[in-house]
Amino acid sequence: MMLILFYIASAVAVFATLMMITRLNAVHGLLYLILSLLAVGVLFFLLGAHFAAVLEVIIYAGAIMVLFVFVIMMLNQGQKTVDQERSWLQPATWIGPSLLALILFAELLIVIVLGGSAETGQLVDSKHVAIALYGPYLLAVELASMLLLAGLVGAYHLGKPMIKKTWGKKS
Amino acid sequence: MSAALGGAGDIVGILGATIFVAAMLIWVERRMLAIWQDRLGPNRVGPLGLLQVVADMIKMFFKEDWIPPFADKLVFVLAPTIVFITMLTGFAVIPFAPGVGIIDFNFGLLYFLALSSLAVYSVVLAGYASNNKYSLLGALRAAAQTVSYEVFMGLSVMGVVMLSGTFNLREIVEAQRDGWFIIPQFVGFVIFLIAVIAESRRAPLDLPEAEQELVAGFHTEYSGMKFGMFFVGEYLAIILSSAMIVTLFFGGWLGPWLPPLAWFCLKTGVGILFFILLRGALPRPRYDQLMSFGWKVMLPVALLNLLVTGAVVLSLQS
Repeated sequence: MMLILFYIASAVAVFATLMMITRLNAVHGLLYLILSLLAVGVLFFLLGAHFAAVLEVIIYAGAIMVLFVFVIMMLNQGQKTVDQERSWLQPATWIGPSLLALILFAELLIVIVLGGSAETGQLVDSKHVAIALYGPYLLAVELASMLLLAGLVGAYHLGKPMIKKTWGKKS
Repeated sequence: MSAALGGAGDIVGILGATIFVAAMLIWVERRMLAIWQDRLGPNRVGPLGLLQVVADMIKMFFKEDWIPPFADKLVFVLAPTIVFITMLTGFAVIPFAPGVGIIDFNFGLLYFLALSSLAVYSVVLAGYASNNKYSLLGALRAAAQTVSYEVFMGLSVMGVVMLSGTFNLREIVEAQRDGWFIIPQFVGFVIFLIAVIAESRRAPLDLPEAEQELVAGFHTEYSGMKFGMFFVGEYLAIILSSAMIVTLFFGGWLGPWLPPLAWFCLKTGVGILFFILLRGALPRPRYDQLMSFGWKVMLPVALLNLLVTGAVVLSLQS
């Protein structure tokens, strides 16, 4: 039963991702990407990682994708961008990368078929995640926080001179 | 038990009752606002005007359900259903009383946060699909407002999580037997309340649909039942928010004399009336005031609350 649900969710995820890549309208593509992230959330849930499942929805589907939609909505130019996308999406452009991706997919299939079951068979609690993060993986957490700090400083740096310039022009 | 499901009767009963209450709130809100403003409100249709809801529904069903020719049709139709569905599924984790509830999920609190962050798509996509300047402005406001206030909505409830040691809403209610969390977590409660109002886009923080500036904001182009979905979705958000506030800070179903379910409904009802009173009492802030208040006041206070709560919990443990 769980296995069937797992494969249905995986199929939804893969299909949504394919649709995301091939949509001409950027917002439609984003909607499929959100669907794909939600499907991945369901996959995490079925594997027993409830905490990761909820975080997937809160952070990826709920926060990051909202910002994506926000930006694309602001830059929305209607039919013009759709035509541009259509001219970019010629078979000559996507056939090469798709063939290469197909090889990777075939390899993955072989590994899964030969490697046997991937079931974890246990529930991962938030406490386990926290103990793992602040125990053996403390260095990784610190590195990630340093990376985020660098991003924050960069955003501040990029944002600041713009404000000054517009102020200077008006006064 | 990680995710135990309630009975079929529970599920149908809870969802049916919620939709019924959400519909009745249309009348309750107009009537209560009128009373607080020394007016009468809708009192013509049926006893006390109770059938006003039916009249409104009939009106909405028979209105022309118009999709503008310049709209992105698929997304335009999809948008109003998102808020309705996310808010309705949010009720799944609410613990109404011991043994009454749809699902007993270990990460109930996070589930609520996830759904409230998904609900913003409804507004954003409605604004995009309408292909209308006012709608787009409303949607941009909604996206920025929701993403900002979501940040410390999550942080403000972490104090409760620290005190009770769980994300499970049932266990959080049980942890309040010795005292409601509103007393040790008063700061967290105030932050959560403001964040919830901003998330459900209720007055006074209804900048995305500020009618003086943006016509009707994101739902300018919507009519008929599609508009009705936004409308009922907003009331569902109010009910869900007050149910969450009751669960997290006011001891959920706990209380003397009355049966637990009655206590829960009573407290939630008071919460809903408070939301309506806020709309009648407070003016709307300017948009930049809203954003700077969020980032410069609420976020530091939420972090400070987290720090102090953590320190106190640790010092009490040792």
